[in-house]
Amino acid sequence: MRAFIVRRLLIALPVTLLITLIMFVIINLAPGDPIDMFVGQQGLKPDEIERLRADLGLNEPVYVRYVKWLGQLFQGNLGYSYLDNQPVIHRLAERLGPTLSLMIFVILLSHAIALPIGVLSAIRQYSWIDYLATGIAFFGVSFPNFFAGLVAIYIFSLSLGWLPTGGLETMGAGFSVADRLYHLLLPGMVLAFREMGVLVRYTRSSMLDVIRQDYVRTARAAGLSEWSVTFRHGLRNALLPLITMLGLMIPRLFAGVVIIEQIFQWPGMGRLAIEAILSRDYPVLMGLTLSSAVAVLVGNLLADILYAMADPRIRLSEKR
Amino acid sequence: MSSQMKALSPSAVPSQSFRRLAWRRFLRHRLALLGAAVLVCLTLMAMFAPWIAPMDPNRVDLMLAREGPSTAHLLGSDVVGRDVLSRLIYGSRVSLSVGLFSVSIYMVLGTLLGCIAGYFGGRIDMTISRLIDAVLSFPALMLILVIVGLLGPSTLNIIIAIAVLSWPEVARIARGQTLAAREETYVLASEAAGARPKRIILEEILPNILSPIIVDATFGIARAILVEAGLSFLGMGVQPPTASWGNMLNDAQSLSILESMPWMWVPPGLMIFIATISINFVGDGLRDALDPKLS
Amino acid sequence: MKKETLSTQEPLLQVQNLTTEFRTDLGVVRAVDGLTLHIPRRETLGIVGESGCGKSTIGLSIMRLIPDPPGKISSGRILFEGKDLLQLSRRDMRGIRGNRISMIFQEPMTSLNPVRRVGDVISEVISLHLKLSRKDAWDKAIEALDRVRIPSPVLRVKDFPHQMSGGMRQRVMIALAISCNPTLIIADEPTTALDVTIQAQILNLLNQIKEELGTSIALVTHNLGVIAENAQQVAVMYAGKLIERADTISLFDHPLHPYTQGLMASVPRLDKGTQSGGRLKMIPGAVPNLLNLPAGCKFAERCPHTEERCRSEEPDLSTPSPDHMVRCWRYA
Repeated sequence: MRAFIVRRLLIALPVTLLITLIMFVIINLAPGDPIDMFVGQQGLKPDEIERLRADLGLNEPVYVRYVKWLGQLFQGNLGYSYLDNQPVIHRLAERLGPTLSLMIFVILLSHAIALPIGVLSAIRQYSWIDYLATGIAFFGVSFPNFFAGLVAIYIFSLSLGWLPTGGLETMGAGFSVADRLYHLLLPGMVLAFREMGVLVRYTRSSMLDVIRQDYVRTARAAGLSEWSVTFRHGLRNALLPLITMLGLMIPRLFAGVVIIEQIFQWPGMGRLAIEAILSRDYPVLMGLTLSSAVAVLVGNLLADILYAMADPRIRLSEKR
Repeated sequence: MSSQMKALSPSAVPSQSFRRLAWRRFLRHRLALLGAAVLVCLTLMAMFAPWIAPMDPNRVDLMLAREGPSTAHLLGSDVVGRDVLSRLIYGSRVSLSVGLFSVSIYMVLGTLLGCIAGYFGGRIDMTISRLIDAVLSFPALMLILVIVGLLGPSTLNIIIAIAVLSWPEVARIARGQTLAAREETYVLASEAAGARPKRIILEEILPNILSPIIVDATFGIARAILVEAGLSFLGMGVQPPTASWGNMLNDAQSLSILESMPWMWVPPGLMIFIATISINFVGDGLRDALDPKLS
Repeated sequence: MKKETLSTQEPLLQVQNLTTEFRTDLGVVRAVDGLTLHIPRRETLGIVGESGCGKSTIGLSIMRLIPDPPGKISSGRILFEGKDLLQLSRRDMRGIRGNRISMIFQEPMTSLNPVRRVGDVISEVISLHLKLSRKDAWDKAIEALDRVRIPSPVLRVKDFPHQMSGGMRQRVMIALAISCNPTLIIADEPTTALDVTIQAQILNLLNQIKEELGTSIALVTHNLGVIAENAQQVAVMYAGKLIERADTISLFDHPLHPYTQGLMASVPRLDKGTQSGGRLKMIPGAVPNLLNLPAGCKFAERCPHTEERCRSEEPDLSTPSPDHMVRCWRYA
């Protein structure tokens, strides 16, 4: 087990670096650079512009700049944002919380709803639950999440006035968990909607698969009740593949988070990404790339580890 | 397949031609048929846009800006007075072309690479597989945003970006299927008869593994449409004045428009939804038809 | 349910006019058609036939494990211990499964739950039917494993299925089946998926169990050799119908139905040598399409003795000699 983890980490390291290298190159391929953004605002003279460029090291060749960035990275320094000169790490840290809370909420909510519906729809095929499940699956996956966000704001904020239109907390009020939750609800539900669609489908097919297995028939042939057959013998097996799904959820959520944070003015890493792109804030972009690559890799690794722990076929793979 | 149904083994019930059975199954899938019908309409709409649209989608008319539905503008006008309905119709061109082109590219690319990896094995397989893993580990949206945001938002860039990021999934499927098919007797027979690898891959293996790839490609078109729409919504996709369903929604980021001018954002959003769900219905029907064991 | 002490002449289980159907994309298939059969006490009844003849469906029907949809037991009675199993409530039927009647299946590799310990599964069944505490049930599970001659049962009981070989898993299936001392075990091709040497072991084990526990066994297989060695009575199935029934010795000595004769002749035998020119004899033609059965005798197309009547009317079962039934116009 330990060897497995070490091996995965060893592979993950060069892959992560490769990702950062490619990102760096692409970012720097873009026409124009951060100074162009400045110029518009400050009205600087040409030689001052050149001096700024030299200061920031922007006229050195790409590979030199990458190596410098790497060097800084290994010293624990992610650089400073071009925009406000804040350490990149700070910018990331302050945005991490909101995004994390959003993601966790979405993961919990989508599983809480999708799992039971998926399982029940597999057991009671062609019943109303089955149709509900199929409906959620199609709608969730097909409804564009930005549109869903707009619709949600329109209905729940503007028309009904139940929930706020965005933001992390009510202005002026102090920190309060209830307030945060209140603001978390709408963006979280919108994001969770799509995840539910994917999950319901997956759960349902996993459960259907398990129900058809021979060992379920064995359990029935031994006289066990439907409840025991379904839940004690079937469910456990059906839930196993869902653990890997968890790992796959993270990259998918990243994509959704970017858009949803934009719509709901949620101060998370997704919005940071867009701000950084629009202002060509290279250090921040690199920091974001690094952290999201790491998150994806860690997520996958975790999923594999959890799966190995849960499935006795992998956990105890020596024959006696 | 569980031994439960061994009671009805193939020797007792003869098999009909695969295509015929598949077609029958597809036709029974009402949702898939509905989806297919809608898609045909959308395609026709895209193709004949210049003749269907009531007016030039890019024509600005500040006098009639922000007006609700009326006889002049059946679906109202947007912030600079362009006709929403015409833009809606022309917008289908963007969505469908992005969907079709990007998927075609990565389907061909992914299938080829996957088959090669699966068939030849060894170093070739290892290289391609590592490449697949590397691309899959990329934070996809970041890459798309960066490419499109920095290199310039254009339909072509979007298509390329989607294709570059999506080929590994297809390649993985193709590789897995090829690995399985490679052991089949008909392949071994071909090899024993001295057929060259290119022929074996193209004529023996490929036709038999197409089913899951076609299904994935269908769903892929839907995903591509959503990606383009999302990017355009953020302002990083197709740029105005070209009409895209996504960038029509961009206006709605202002709360006042959102609240009081629904004709500007509800139709394009609905169109994206309708297109996507129709494709998903068709994909589902295809999946059931081509391989009922998967459903 | 009390164990009844009737003479061994009274059959343990009586199937009467059983018909089991399956709805498919292309029509309705009668896997079992009007079957009347009895299973004797303390003996092994072999049920033999080719793939698709309905022999597996019989066992599943007795256990009421036919998946519905697409299957359905459309008519008949199954009499067991004074009751019609088909009329029992689902709850009562569950009380019978694994308790009075058990079933073992063909694929030991997939028939055991991979994420549960072997002991957990067996003791769950035991404590359900015999109402024992967990500890007692666990002990009985070890006992059952011992009964099927699994070495070190105390250790093995904690194993997961993937930690065992195919033969051992089949033994575990048998242990599960006998854990509550059933009076009937339905064995559906129990050895087809195993190596030949293991096959012999498992079949011997079943016979020993039959002696020790006094159970009856319904042995479903397509292998005549297995039948010859292990069954006292034989029922031959074809296209969903029972076409011959006799005790093993009579059947092998003088098979009456042309299909049975064809089956016997097509088995390769070392002692026959080059009697038929060295080639294996085949029954010409193929099993009829169950969706489109011919009128009359279902075997008529392939039978060397077909007459006019065979194609238009289906024969009933007749009894040309005592205890030997056959469905053929030649003996009507």
